[in-house]
Amino acid sequence: MILIHCPYCDQTLPELEFAYAGEGHIARPTDPSALSDEDWERYLFIRDNPRGRHHERWRHIHGCGRFFNAVRDTVTDKFEMTYKAGEPRQ
Amino acid sequence: MSAHRIAGLGRIDRSRTVTFTFDGKAMQGCPGDTLASALLANSVVLMGRSFKYHRPRGLLGAGAEEPNALVSVDRGGGRFTPNLRATAVEIYEGLNVRSQNRWPSLKTDFGAINDRFGRFFPAGFYNKTFMWPRSFWDKLYEPTIRRMAGLGDAPIEADPDVYAATYAHCDVLIVGAGPAGIDAALEACAARKQVILIDEQDELGGGALADPALWPWLESSLNDLAAAPNVTLLSRTTAFGFYHDNFIGAGQRLTDHLAEPGHGPRERLWRIRAGEVILAQGAIERPLVFAGNDVPGVMLASAARTYLVRFGVAVGDRVVLMAVHDSGWRDAFVLARAGMKIAAIVDLRAQVAPDLMAEAAELGVPVEMNSAVIGVSGRHAVTGAEIADSAGGNRHKIVCDAVLMAGGWTPSVHLWSHSKGSLAWSEEWGAYLADKPNENVRCVGACAGKWNYGTGVSIGALPTPDDPATIKAFVDFQNDVTAKDIALAVREGMKSVEHIKRYTTNGMATDQGKTSNLNALQLASGALDRPVQAIGLTTFRPPYTPQTFGMLAGDAKGALFQPTRKTAIDPWAEEHGAVFELVAQWRRARYFPQGGEDMHAAVARECLTVRSGVGIFDASTLGKIEVVGPDAAEFLNRMYTNPWKALEPGRCRYGLLLREDGFITDDGVSARLAPDRFHLTTTTGGAARVLNMMEDYLQTEWPDLDVWLTSTTEQYAVIALQGPKAREVIAPLVSGIDLSSESFPHMAVREGTICGVPTRLFRVSFTGELGFEINVPAAFGRYVWEQVWAAGQAHGITPYGTETMHVLRAEKGYIIVGQDTDGTVTPYDAALDWAVGKKKADFVGKRSLARPDIVAPGRKQLVGLLTDDPAEVLEEGAQIVADPRQPIPMKMIGHVTSSYWSATLGRSVALALVQGGHERMGETLHVPMPGKTIAAKVSGMVFHDPDGSRLNG
Ligand SMILES: [Zn+2]
Repeated sequence: MILIHCPYCDQTLPELEFAYAGEGHIARPTDPSALSDEDWERYLFIRDNPRGRHHERWRHIHGCGRFFNAVRDTVTDKFEMTYKAGEPRQ
Repeated sequence: MSAHRIAGLGRIDRSRTVTFTFDGKAMQGCPGDTLASALLANSVVLMGRSFKYHRPRGLLGAGAEEPNALVSVDRGGGRFTPNLRATAVEIYEGLNVRSQNRWPSLKTDFGAINDRFGRFFPAGFYNKTFMWPRSFWDKLYEPTIRRMAGLGDAPIEADPDVYAATYAHCDVLIVGAGPAGIDAALEACAARKQVILIDEQDELGGGALADPALWPWLESSLNDLAAAPNVTLLSRTTAFGFYHDNFIGAGQRLTDHLAEPGHGPRERLWRIRAGEVILAQGAIERPLVFAGNDVPGVMLASAARTYLVRFGVAVGDRVVLMAVHDSGWRDAFVLARAGMKIAAIVDLRAQVAPDLMAEAAELGVPVEMNSAVIGVSGRHAVTGAEIADSAGGNRHKIVCDAVLMAGGWTPSVHLWSHSKGSLAWSEEWGAYLADKPNENVRCVGACAGKWNYGTGVSIGALPTPDDPATIKAFVDFQNDVTAKDIALAVREGMKSVEHIKRYTTNGMATDQGKTSNLNALQLASGALDRPVQAIGLTTFRPPYTPQTFGMLAGDAKGALFQPTRKTAIDPWAEEHGAVFELVAQWRRARYFPQGGEDMHAAVARECLTVRSGVGIFDASTLGKIEVVGPDAAEFLNRMYTNPWKALEPGRCRYGLLLREDGFITDDGVSARLAPDRFHLTTTTGGAARVLNMMEDYLQTEWPDLDVWLTSTTEQYAVIALQGPKAREVIAPLVSGIDLSSESFPHMAVREGTICGVPTRLFRVSFTGELGFEINVPAAFGRYVWEQVWAAGQAHGITPYGTETMHVLRAEKGYIIVGQDTDGTVTPYDAALDWAVGKKKADFVGKRSLARPDIVAPGRKQLVGLLTDDPAEVLEEGAQIVADPRQPIPMKMIGHVTSSYWSATLGRSVALALVQGGHERMGETLHVPMPGKTIAAKVSGMVFHDPDGSRLNG
């Protein structure tokens, strides 16, 4: 069971307390109606599938409830780091 | 064969005997025996039948790697365990063991006919033979395979045992209590670390148990460790899996070795988080591949030594050793010094170290170098071995009753591989060794390739002058894979070891190829003429050895499999005879039968009572979220499709929630209690999902909004009181609220008290009737319910359940998200255009409502369906076609989502998703069912009171 560091609680805790929440750093467009169909499709459906470093979101759902960002290696399944929502991409 | 006990040897307790039965025959062993050693001591060498060919099989090994001797243990009363390795079963008084995969008996097995027809069972047999036709599967192939193949029988009774589970944390976890593991434990203990040392056997010691010279050291070391307060020793405990971040799963067997299992847990699941893991799992000796290498009595040289030294059992009177590795010679010398006759040492190598030759000469053991065993005589037991030199000459036979194989050693890197540590090929070992770790873990001892077993060569199969196509030389004993099968797989185009594995099933049995993987790899390497490293190695996965489902499940079974959520009113419903159903973990009353009613009669009565009088319904399971803060209205305006900012305090609104892709995900009626406070409701099943979605937007997209979300689902009991007499019923109970239609209209909310209890009283309806939803603190739920129930007696009140709720809402065309929608339905598809704020600049999902595929014609749309025969109730999920006379397969244009008998209307009503449904009003469609086709007309979705006058009464 992976241990995940919650940047809000500042504790490293078992995976069971957390829920995966998709790829990170995909901001909702401020004015969706201004987007072309292609751009909206890209926002909605197109996601990275890297071999290696993956930026993703997790939620400490059975803890403080906060969403945060993480960098996880998809080959080793190791968390490189976690950081608070709103902080720049690492 | 004449295996037997030798006086004066072994660690067993000879002062006592233990009686057990094998296939009904009583036998004796000693405390300290495994079933395997005890059977050998009773001269039993035939212990099972093989998986595919039903060939007679005996012991190959003495430890966890044993592929052949699988047995069932029956303790009675549902305590039945199949597929146990005889080498891992401790005997106890009354142990009742059965052999497997044979009929009618182990010695006379009709399934053995498969062996004669072996040419019909080549590699890829399942893939090739059983492809076609499909119908043969059901009637012929599968029943035949089920009867003939397979391992033990699955238990058919419920497991009466209980299982425990625990967590542990330590600085150092050591897996394997052989010499290397014990040394590591002593070192960590001296460094004052918290240490857990675990070993799968009943006795700690590993390889040291088969080496009397180490016994004094073993005893003092274990005494030291047992006395150390910072060391935990766990025997009979298998580390079965290595998971992320040094998390180890281990199964401890507590009662399987006891004559009286008692009432405690049978096994304990250990979940251990360790700072460092040290793997000292040792190495497993490799068998050799030659014709007849599976005849009972052919076994690993190290196993023969273990049976002699640890259990005092000689595996035969005249033993032949077939070696390609020095370690077998050492084992043979141990046997010879104990008085066993070594008929010959046969070694494929041209020469070995002079000291080995000298010791053989001293012991009078004949040696045949540059030679190989090419055949074994005997069927149920070895009677002799045939030998030839490596060029195929000098064929001769030796009478013997056991053949030992010394094929070199394979370090046990199973857990290392679970941890995703990399492996590197070692020429010296002819095996993969641990290379770079992926966790804080290291291998020590033989597991790390650091052990002196001597030297040897690695070889796929021994050379033979016979046609390889005519002999059965086994590679994977448990799955009956032969050298010929590997060659065939390569010939048929399999190049990767993963493909060869799946085509031949090599390494796919319960032993995961512990004794076969490396030999298969060598054979594939030879057949492909590529180096072993280029072919790769199959991946080891947990569990290291089979574990019981009981231990893994623990308490999570029966009523504890998942929580059952109950409302405050649930006990009342139970006392009043409710029939329940589970809805998203909630136990909900489905209907309340009276005087022998079936569901149909009860629901019809409940529906008519609500429509004509009044009914009471427990709606407490509705999801509830309190949305509070200065920006609460702005937040809801962005989340929901409809406008919220202008909603006045005291009013309610139906909210429709989309995902960003434009599809409906939830709905519910919500109330504005104050400018900065909303009481939201969600579907019963959607409560957690909706809160998560709202938190996501609030925290990550709009963190500037000042809003707080709180789940209040379980804070309130919700009593729905519905029907034309609802107001009359509650009027005497309510204080502080003017219930008149003028001051408290439909879709309004008021705060006051009911029966003296503070309430948020909603005037809402999911039935189409005048109705209220009484929200009170959950602790008062049953009290208020009973007061309302009592007040309703004079008005003929009925309790009703979810089934009636469904019928009543369907009569009104109210959708259930998740039943009438399926995650691909937009507001337009569901005819909920009115709930979409056309003037809103944005809301979640709005942009998607203009996506090309969403505005394209021909989408499935929600409509009503009225069967031509009013008595016909369609089946939910039934498919709909336009033309019933078209050839099969017909073009399906939709399906029925909701369908009920409406007692109110005296006919059936249904909702359906139909392609272009909104354009098909009045059209007749058809629902093909077994034996008949049902015609139905497309209609609007509101079947009852279309102008809504009853709501506003
Ligand atoms: Zn947290």
